[in-house]
Amino acid sequence: MDTFIQFFNDESNLLLIYLLLFTIILGFEVISKVPTVLHTPLMSGANAISGVVIIGAILLIRQSEPDDYLTLGLGFLGVILGMVNVAGGFAVTDRMLEMFKKKK
Amino acid sequence: MIIDFIINIAYLIGALAFVWGLRLLSSPDTARRGNTVAGAGMVIAIVAAIGQPIEGASNNYLWIIGAIVIGAIVGLVSAKKVQMTAMPQMVSIFNGLGGACAVVLAYAELVPYYSGIKELDMAGLIIILLALLIGGISFTGSMLAFAKLQGLVWDSTITLPRHDIVNMVLLLITLGMGGYLVASGVEGGLLMGSVFMVLALIYGFSFVAPIGGADMPVVISLLNSFTGLSAAVTGLIYGSQFMLVGGILVGASGTILTVLMCEAMNRSLMNVLIGGFGGGGTSGKGADGEQVAKEVTLNDAAIQLFYSQSAIIVPGYGLAVAQAQKVCKEVDELLEKNGVDVRYAIHPVAGRMPGHMNVLLAEADVPYPKLLDLEEANDALKNTDMVVIVGANDVVNPAAEDDPGSPIHGMPVLKVWDAKNVIVLKRSMRPGYAGIENPLFFHEKTRMLFGDAKDTLSNLASEIKNL
Repeated sequence: MDTFIQFFNDESNLLLIYLLLFTIILGFEVISKVPTVLHTPLMSGANAISGVVIIGAILLIRQSEPDDYLTLGLGFLGVILGMVNVAGGFAVTDRMLEMFKKKK
Repeated sequence: MIIDFIINIAYLIGALAFVWGLRLLSSPDTARRGNTVAGAGMVIAIVAAIGQPIEGASNNYLWIIGAIVIGAIVGLVSAKKVQMTAMPQMVSIFNGLGGACAVVLAYAELVPYYSGIKELDMAGLIIILLALLIGGISFTGSMLAFAKLQGLVWDSTITLPRHDIVNMVLLLITLGMGGYLVASGVEGGLLMGSVFMVLALIYGFSFVAPIGGADMPVVISLLNSFTGLSAAVTGLIYGSQFMLVGGILVGASGTILTVLMCEAMNRSLMNVLIGGFGGGGTSGKGADGEQVAKEVTLNDAAIQLFYSQSAIIVPGYGLAVAQAQKVCKEVDELLEKNGVDVRYAIHPVAGRMPGHMNVLLAEADVPYPKLLDLEEANDALKNTDMVVIVGANDVVNPAAEDDPGSPIHGMPVLKVWDAKNVIVLKRSMRPGYAGIENPLFFHEKTRMLFGDAKDTLSNLASEIKNL
């Protein structure tokens, strides 16, 4: 319990908690009125955004020692996985959305 | 100093681009721009992550660039090649990769922690274990979802008896293991940490195992939200607000879709996860053997459609399986030429992922204002002459309305029987995924047209041309 209270009283943790809560609210507000038509592109676009983990993988590689092949390997794998998710996700969403046309 | 400032601003812009992009994604007119904006945000952030000054870092840029190039090529090529009907599979794979990335990153933090190179407080350890857990579930869960959608595995081959209990026990063991690791700190050891990861991976697999068929849209949405959460938690590991914001936004979007899909089936998430339809032992009263479905000939169907005022097409998973979306549009065009008002009724859970039918019809160039959602469709159906059901079943089952004994009772359905005539295109009299008899097929207004959806529709098109 003490650890928990300490964690909460820490200024930077508190800011993080604020950020977390407001982002959750913002996320729900922004996305809550998606029409059914766009459910798939929304999902696949959001999916591409979840590729943000690639940022972590890049930082991991950069901080690794040049001869620490385990970390480098894991980071390398992480960047590939994240990049496939990002590039593929945005490209496939774009391909889908290109087809959504309004015609008379 | 100034470089730090620029990097921070870049991340901020990246995060704002995500929010703005998602905002634009929620309207058909701006959606494509929204996707581009969000993509630009991602590029800015990746550049920032590469350029951000890190004291004493050896950078290893070759590794980074190499991985980015490989990942980008693989991603772009598969995105370009995939068929629209295979979109649920593609989305599942991409989704799983995001989860896998989180697992890899979390594991890479555990290694130096247990070998004593890096110190962590309890909060730090909990965050890493959470990333392992959520990312792991999302990874193997998505891979299994992919395999199911691709038709590589069948639900029955991977489901154990009382699978709900198996899952519960497995989850408790996994959580217990996590609790043990948190309590024992660095004493826990890498081996135990690895066991925890494996447990999370097994649980992800087992958790998706009993869910299939018509419940797929729910589970895909849920996995989507898990991947978002794992990205957010990984952001906490690296103290990156940008990753946190991106991950949470995805989590929110996945959660909203999950809730919408559950509502569309009038079932709780719990009910879907436990494996729903098959499990309860409830059986609808169904049809007794004496009822006979009436067939219609192609020619009659063509005439009825051609000389009607209005027609509504109800597509389902069968349309996707038969790849019949383009022929469907051809029939639509032929009818429109004769002044028939053709529209489409889309049930939220038709197909295998949220919005599946909309994507297919968009591929066939059907303009989206012709697509009616559940409520609009049910209003429109009352004044419609002809309904054509292409490969849909449970979403047009009247038992959901009037048979309290039916497993799908209470699920909002398309009330196609409100229209004047219904034509059902169907391969055979086999019940749909849920294994529930559909009294609609024996309804007095209903006529059956048996055969493969694509063949039947193209034959229908040639009949109409001959009129």
